[in-house]
Amino acid sequence: MSCGLKSGTGCGSGGACGCASASASARGDGVDDARRNFLRGAAAATVTTLAAGVTLYSFGAEPAAARGPDEKVTSKVRWGLLIDASKCGDGCTACVTACQIENGWRDTGHPETDAQWIRKLMVKNPKNGATFSLPMMCQHCADPPCVDVCPTGASFKRADGIVLVDKHICIGCRYCMMACPYKARSFVHEPLEDQKPYAPRGKGTVESCTLCVHRVDAGRIPACVEACNDTGGGAMLFGDLNDPSNEISKRVAMYRTTRIRADLGCEPGVYYRNI
Amino acid sequence: MARIAYQKFEDHSLVFWGLLTLNAVVILAGLGAAFFMEHNGHIVTGMTNQIVWGLPHVFAVFLIVAASGALNVASVSSVFNRPGYKPYARLSGLLAIALLLGGLAVLVLDLGRPERLIVAMTTYNFKSIFAWNIFLYVGFVAIIAAYLFAMMDRRASRSSPLGKAIGGLAFVWRLILTTGTGSIFGWLVAREAYDAAIMAPLFIAASLLYGLAFTVLVLTTMGWQAGQNLVTDEMAGKFRGLLVIFVLAVLYFTAAQHLTNLYASKHHGIERFLLLEGGIFTTIFWVGQILVGSVLPLAILAAPRFGHSRAAITIASALFLLGGLAQMYVIIIGGQAYPLNLFPGMEATSAFQDGQVARYTPSPPEVLLGLSGLSIAMLVAGIAIKLLPFLPRASPVSMAPLPRRPPDPPPVSAPMRAPLPVNADAAKEWNA
Repeated sequence: MSCGLKSGTGCGSGGACGCASASASARGDGVDDARRNFLRGAAAATVTTLAAGVTLYSFGAEPAAARGPDEKVTSKVRWGLLIDASKCGDGCTACVTACQIENGWRDTGHPETDAQWIRKLMVKNPKNGATFSLPMMCQHCADPPCVDVCPTGASFKRADGIVLVDKHICIGCRYCMMACPYKARSFVHEPLEDQKPYAPRGKGTVESCTLCVHRVDAGRIPACVEACNDTGGGAMLFGDLNDPSNEISKRVAMYRTTRIRADLGCEPGVYYRNI
Repeated sequence: MARIAYQKFEDHSLVFWGLLTLNAVVILAGLGAAFFMEHNGHIVTGMTNQIVWGLPHVFAVFLIVAASGALNVASVSSVFNRPGYKPYARLSGLLAIALLLGGLAVLVLDLGRPERLIVAMTTYNFKSIFAWNIFLYVGFVAIIAAYLFAMMDRRASRSSPLGKAIGGLAFVWRLILTTGTGSIFGWLVAREAYDAAIMAPLFIAASLLYGLAFTVLVLTTMGWQAGQNLVTDEMAGKFRGLLVIFVLAVLYFTAAQHLTNLYASKHHGIERFLLLEGGIFTTIFWVGQILVGSVLPLAILAAPRFGHSRAAITIASALFLLGGLAQMYVIIIGGQAYPLNLFPGMEATSAFQDGQVARYTPSPPEVLLGLSGLSIAMLVAGIAIKLLPFLPRASPVSMAPLPRRPPDPPPVSAPMRAPLPVNADAAKEWNA
């Protein structure tokens, strides 16, 4: 792309159109100038066009490269989330809706027994009435109590920090639900229909947020983060906590962050700001 | 020492078969309830994502805890070398196995995927106390079976060191087992009602009480049906003393747990809930566990004359068991009903009942499944007592044949009820 004027026609004194080729054109360098102008313009346009994407990529949606099917999960990566509660709208449930659509769980009209992989919490300081809201899901702890207590090893943590349930060997004892400090796990109380092939569920087994492991392995970001960036307040950031150059690591290092019930020493992979 | 004589329960009365049938029917109903829950999902129960363990767990844990305690009498006889307890050692071992089987059956049938029991038996995470408990339970049954063999086999029973060694192993094993059961709760770091090392000794004290109460209840009830004094006066006095000690131990650990929590400001919420404002849970704690399940039976046992009678220890044992169920209900259900404290000092709300006390109403299938555990224990014990000589013969003076007396309904359910030859002395002593 150029400035839109024909080569050699000039664009007025001093390059008033903003086209860097104005003075060169005036010198009469002909085709070379036009080519140079074209390349410069193209470079500028490319930078302008990509800047937003690169920025988004850098600051809000940075996945690692997709993992190949034969490639082992590595502990060099530690997936995590940073959630800024100041950007999380009180009534916004974009993350919850996105998770439901992505993973196939839904409201069946039985709130006490329905699965909730992610939920919105309203928190109020009873002393001064100050409130904030935040999304709560599996905190993908480094030392997850749910994994410790599971008798069969169905609850497990991947090398990259994602905590999952192997539905094939979960016996439905619910001990992990007793152990989870975050009430992040749900028991499937009813028969299921229309499951997503990449997010298998099972009546009589326990389930929770998978950090959209199917998307992460494909080089994408979790559905909740994507939805929060697209239609929510942009409160959620996903990335590799082990990579110092990753934006999430930079921000965790830069800002005062909080991990919920950090006193329990479970080392959650979800960090919160402004709570 | 005089040789101890044992007897099978060789009665074929309608009452005996009626009770066996009743237990079988309850077991079938429990199996039907489990199938119903398995088919429809736990949506048909009162359990939720907050009350994840319901009434079946109350019964299961109660029976498992009682199972380890039922071994008391055998342990006292062999490990602590008290020959007076020896005649009851076989029944003690049998009840330990029967109660454990009942409890485990309920636990397994309440799983979300009970058909995957084989997975639980073959795939282990050894960091889980649940996984360890599977070994502890299976090992317990195997050790008690060996213990019973050592006591009952003609040749093996002649070897005192053998019985003593297996008895010692069983005693240590049962202590570890109950420690494991208590630790299921004690090691839950996130739940304010649990997360305490005292859960293990509390459960051990509770097991001593429940187990002895079951043993005494079975012995006195059967003696009453049979018209025999299966428990001698001397042993009735010892059982009475032990029951008092054990319930005081339970009360001591319960008090220590609550007082420790009351001292720490961060636990005031859960203590206020359990002891003052918890509605049904507060009522069950004070009325069920403390008043009816501890103070009243203590008062009965402390009564000047009546307290020493068999009727007193029978009634007290029944009340201790009711108190035990109440205790397990408050610990298991009450402990879950209190919301998780995600933000200490703050108030949290959500569409997932955060910050709310959970409601729980046991559904009929849960009640049936829980009761079926008790029936399994009774049926196993009843059949075993009929097939093998687990019961001691009453003292010679009380074995003189006398006219049968009409069978009255027992004060509590019993594994069997069958008239045996009775004598007037025994009947008089019982009715005293």
